[in-house]
Amino acid sequence: MKIPQKRVHKFLRHGKKFPHVWCPGCSNGIVLGAIIRAVDELGYEKDDMAMVSGIGCSSRMPVYVDFNTLHTLHGRALAYATGVKMVKPEMNVCVVTGDGDSTAIGGNHLIHAARRNIDLTVIVINNNIYGMTGGQYSPTTPTGDFATTTPYGNIDPVFDICKLAEGAGATFVARTTAYHVVEAQSIIKQAFEHKGFSIVEIVSACPVIYGKLNKKGDAPAMMRDMKERAIPVKAFEKLTPEQVGNKYSRGILVNIKKPEYTAEYTKLMDSLQPQKGDK
Amino acid sequence: MSDKIEKHRDGMIIKDKNSTAKMEVEINEVKTEGDYKKCPVYIYHDWCKKCGICVEFCPTGALASKPDGSPYVKAPEKCIHCELCDRLCPDFAITGAKR
Repeated sequence: MKIPQKRVHKFLRHGKKFPHVWCPGCSNGIVLGAIIRAVDELGYEKDDMAMVSGIGCSSRMPVYVDFNTLHTLHGRALAYATGVKMVKPEMNVCVVTGDGDSTAIGGNHLIHAARRNIDLTVIVINNNIYGMTGGQYSPTTPTGDFATTTPYGNIDPVFDICKLAEGAGATFVARTTAYHVVEAQSIIKQAFEHKGFSIVEIVSACPVIYGKLNKKGDAPAMMRDMKERAIPVKAFEKLTPEQVGNKYSRGILVNIKKPEYTAEYTKLMDSLQPQKGDK
Repeated sequence: MSDKIEKHRDGMIIKDKNSTAKMEVEINEVKTEGDYKKCPVYIYHDWCKKCGICVEFCPTGALASKPDGSPYVKAPEKCIHCELCDRLCPDFAITGAKR
């Protein structure tokens, strides 16, 4: 008889921390599953991985995985991750962050990490709201939508995380959704393999706060919404502005090569070492 | 079956007597509809939060929900082993057994 083995559980601290704290239907668990499957596929050891996060629902993720984990200040995950990567350039450093954590509170860290092109993998779980701190509106809350701090509707325009990262100089930018979980797994895998700053935005569902305040329905309804609105990049480029509406593209948006920061740093350090014959 | 497998963890790795795996925790009770051959999907009810995603996105309708919202395998013969429920479960509560 074949025994079903769930390889995901190899990487989870399932004896201690489960069931997890996320609300019913929250996409964070799906994204965590995709990350673990990608890591498992790449054959990384637990000790080769470092997962760094700030504060937030999504940033609770390192608590549940059995990698080297670092749970840091709100918005400052990238600063800590830069330090980890500089000290241990051979380590695969993954930063898990939310939309508010990365674009509002840690906005400057995001653009400067992207500018330096340091070899980090940043996974931004975009649920359109600050979930853990009580449902405040975030830079990615769509205009007109409700949050606990915008009871009459949000008037702020929206941040496009992928365009921001691309403009700041990130060399691997991709967007996917929690519904397209197989695609998410393959994109995360490519992001890990990419040498340089790679950012993956994963559109996710917050049915308990954002969904309830905006009458988006339950978790399956929000995931169906993702299925309809996320269009593959090539198909998205062909759409006319009228057809675009509230749709967004999914897939790999940018994949280029640039000198990587830790490699350049090592080169510089080597060139400054005293050579033979120097006094 | 009972000789070989001491602790049967529904939704997770099944502990074999000769297994040397260290990552396992003990969970004693198993409640699935039917045995392994009849049941291609294991649901670990202790972790399930009844969000309904697995039932909604099962492509063949092999899963269904009870009145309280918890999923069960309604039609095991319909399962095509796509493992979508396994991947989409936010709570790691489903294991799709491979063929």
